[in-house]
Amino acid sequence: MFAFIFKRILYAIPIALAVAAVCFSLVHLAPGDPLTAVIPADAPAEVVAAIKQAYGMDRPLVVQFGAWVQRALQGDLGLSVATGRPVMGDIALALGNTLLLAVAAAVIGFGGGIVLGTLAAFFNGRWIDKLATAIAITGVSVPHYWLGLVLVIVFSVQLDWLPSMGAGADGSGEWRWDWAHLQYLVLPAVTMCFIPMGIVTRTVRATVAEILNAEFVSALRARGLGALAITRHVAKNAAPTVLSVMGLQFGYLLGGSILVETVFSWPGTGFLLNTAIFQRDIPLLQGIILVLAMFFVALNLLVDVVQTLLDPRIKRS
Amino acid sequence: MNTPTPSAPLLQVLDLKKHFPAGRDFFGRPRQWVRAVEGVSFDVHRGRTLGIVGESGCGKSTTARLLMHLIEPDEGRIRIRGQAFGHGVGRHPLTALRKHMQMVFQDSYASLNPRLTIEDSIAFGPQIHGVAANAARALARDLLDRVGLKPDVFIRRYPHELSGGQRQRVNIARALAIRPEIVILDEAVSALDKSVQAQVLNLLAELKREFDLTYLFISHDLNVVQYVSDEVMVMYLGQVVESGPVAELYSRPLHPYTRALLESVPAQTPGERRQHAVLEGDPPNPIAPPAGCRFHPRCPHAEPVCAQQVPALRRVTGQQVAACHRLQPDSGYSRVITFEELPA
Amino acid sequence: MTNASSTTAAAAAAQATVVAPLRSRGYWATVWLRLRRDKVSMGCAGLLLGLMLMALLAPWLAPHDPAQGVMSQRLAPIGTPGHWLGTDELGRDMLSRLMHGGRMSLVMGLLPVFIAFVVGTGLGVVAGFFGGWLNSVIMRTTDVFFAFPAVLLAIAISGALGAGFANAIISLTLVFIPPIARVAESITTSVRNLDFVDAARATGAGAFTLIRVHVLGNVLGPVFIYATSLVSVCMILAAGLSFLGLGVKPPVPEWGLMLNTLRQSIYLQPWVSVLPGLMIFITSLCFNLLSDGLRSAMDIKR
Repeated sequence: MFAFIFKRILYAIPIALAVAAVCFSLVHLAPGDPLTAVIPADAPAEVVAAIKQAYGMDRPLVVQFGAWVQRALQGDLGLSVATGRPVMGDIALALGNTLLLAVAAAVIGFGGGIVLGTLAAFFNGRWIDKLATAIAITGVSVPHYWLGLVLVIVFSVQLDWLPSMGAGADGSGEWRWDWAHLQYLVLPAVTMCFIPMGIVTRTVRATVAEILNAEFVSALRARGLGALAITRHVAKNAAPTVLSVMGLQFGYLLGGSILVETVFSWPGTGFLLNTAIFQRDIPLLQGIILVLAMFFVALNLLVDVVQTLLDPRIKRS
Repeated sequence: MNTPTPSAPLLQVLDLKKHFPAGRDFFGRPRQWVRAVEGVSFDVHRGRTLGIVGESGCGKSTTARLLMHLIEPDEGRIRIRGQAFGHGVGRHPLTALRKHMQMVFQDSYASLNPRLTIEDSIAFGPQIHGVAANAARALARDLLDRVGLKPDVFIRRYPHELSGGQRQRVNIARALAIRPEIVILDEAVSALDKSVQAQVLNLLAELKREFDLTYLFISHDLNVVQYVSDEVMVMYLGQVVESGPVAELYSRPLHPYTRALLESVPAQTPGERRQHAVLEGDPPNPIAPPAGCRFHPRCPHAEPVCAQQVPALRRVTGQQVAACHRLQPDSGYSRVITFEELPA
Repeated sequence: MTNASSTTAAAAAAQATVVAPLRSRGYWATVWLRLRRDKVSMGCAGLLLGLMLMALLAPWLAPHDPAQGVMSQRLAPIGTPGHWLGTDELGRDMLSRLMHGGRMSLVMGLLPVFIAFVVGTGLGVVAGFFGGWLNSVIMRTTDVFFAFPAVLLAIAISGALGAGFANAIISLTLVFIPPIARVAESITTSVRNLDFVDAARATGAGAFTLIRVHVLGNVLGPVFIYATSLVSVCMILAAGLSFLGLGVKPPVPEWGLMLNTLRQSIYLQPWVSVLPGLMIFITSLCFNLLSDGLRSAMDIKR
């Protein structure tokens, strides 16, 4: 088992490198020269050459990639083409906000999903099961950016209960743990919780139902164990599957927040990414994608390791 | 079954070997090898049935798949009518080999494509060998009739609509469709009910006569093997320990393993049944087989020499051969006995 | 409880024997028969068919020109005579625009999944059937794409390539190839090890024939179900790209883009603004329900 974990950790290294390569190559996917945003169209050739040299773009691609990775490892993701500021600082600030939003959405979504899924499995075929199934399928079918818009219309425009834009009234982007700030979190978090809630509900329902049908649960019941003890057994057996699904969903929350953040102007990585795309700020775009993808790689690794530790039956080769 | 044995064997197998990698080290290199088949050689004459017996895991099914080249052998030669096939001979003769030899598998369901009708399954092989689609379909109808299934009823059915016995008849028809000379029956009746088993065995006997077939009959069921075989070969941990004509081998087994195997078969009359297990313990791990004679840890007659030297397969009497130090005068075994001294 | 469940199992078995004599019907015919009994799936299929017809026949069915607006009638509410679903911020008829918008939205939802289904199945079957280094090269490459969340990958590629219909299709296709290839590979690997493939190989058939006759028939079905479950994701993602301005360019009507431009009007005409999103929601819900129905219809117990 520990050999597997060790191997899995080592395997994450080439994956991380390949992910970095994909991010790096994004520059070269872009039509035209990556420096078009900073170089005036009528700049003389020697000026262009000088700028290219300054950005290191006159060297072979492999060398550029090596240098880029080396700098990235030291936390230097280059300068924003639009603002001239270091990309890393902006990303770090935005990442905090995105994490806050993702955690809030995960708490609501996972909690709701576990409760709904468990109830649905225990009351198989009854109205509560049907309700949970309906919520689950709605959760995965609804375009969340549209759901966000609908929530804004109902709770901001019509009822005027909650704010719809930003992360604080003063616009400083600095977060504080009070209602003045928390109220900004409610709508985006609720909007984002629906997909993970739908998927966790489905997973929990299927896993728990399968365990309840297993022979060993019948045996436990025959031995006269109470509902609580059976629930504990079920939880222990369902945990590895459910945890791995939740881990992946958390990753999707981090990486998939761009649309919701755009709807609510939430100052996170997604919002920043949107800005980067429209200013054609390739270093910033590259940096955000790299940071988010690395988070996702690490999360995948963590999920696999935790699952192996929880479920020793899993044999991997 | 008393046809005189022709001089040249139809199928000659020489020193077949296959080791599978087991477990890989950090760099993906095999850490150990499972010695699944370790130098198996035998001959089969035309029109005969060779029974291959042994406990599960002894390599008899792997031998079958090696013969068909479904698994590529590490070493070994296969000759049919003296012509060499397979290993080191190039790509083409493999198709020719497969025209000479076909195989019926144990699992009648898994060996039929669930998405194809019975007709398509049987007609597939001939079409591969260049028979036109219409002719192949006509052949399928013909063969279906020949294996005792009404073509009009079964031809358009799917495997899941048939019983196990019916499916196995289809598999036999499928194997015969490309007119092989040799048919390997790998536990072909083992999964069937006793009554169905008897019917299929009778069918196999009829087909053998009609199509002039040669069988390799692989089974763990010693009674069935005795019933169908002309010669029997006993395998233990990837090696042949004994072979010989069925009557002689069953009446006076040479190798202690064969003896134990035969004694473990429940007798027909309750009074003759033995009270204790003859073979104790499981077969040793084929990853690290015992040195010397592979059977020695379980053998009641084992001596130090058995743990040191690998016994060669040698003729003991008539056509009976065995790999046992106890029967070989120059082996260094202290209490060597002759064939005549062996209890029947 | 044990007793009760065994009784229901017996009842289910009895029922199964009643249903079982579906004699000599091919697999797909059986699936179709089972699907036809599923009211939800048939309802969704009907609705989707209607939506597709509506989109296809939009130029003839739509009451107004989707590109021509009347500035004096901007943002008319739902129920306005002549504009039953209101008008948008440029005074264009919403009903006509929604009908026309379905064309792009449906194409962007279906085309990437279709291309990815073809390419991904091809890669997965080759990787699964031949194994070895070919498998390693293909599957390790898909692993890299799995290291990105789907939304992020689509937006990153689209963002780098720039806005536009073709670029959106390319990025969405790239997003869906790896998961389909992975599913196809794992199914192919398990099918390849079944005896009937060995039996067919034993007749002397070559790799291409084996794949065509014996592997594809058993792999395409399950991969197809999986692909249908991705259509709704693709619809939402595609409209999302347009919503961010990365999809089709104005003035082409497309649901995601319409939602984007109408966002500015939620204070003036909120319920007109949500209509394009509602269309995306209904379509994606139908695809999801139909995919679920298809999955259970294809799950035939032997």
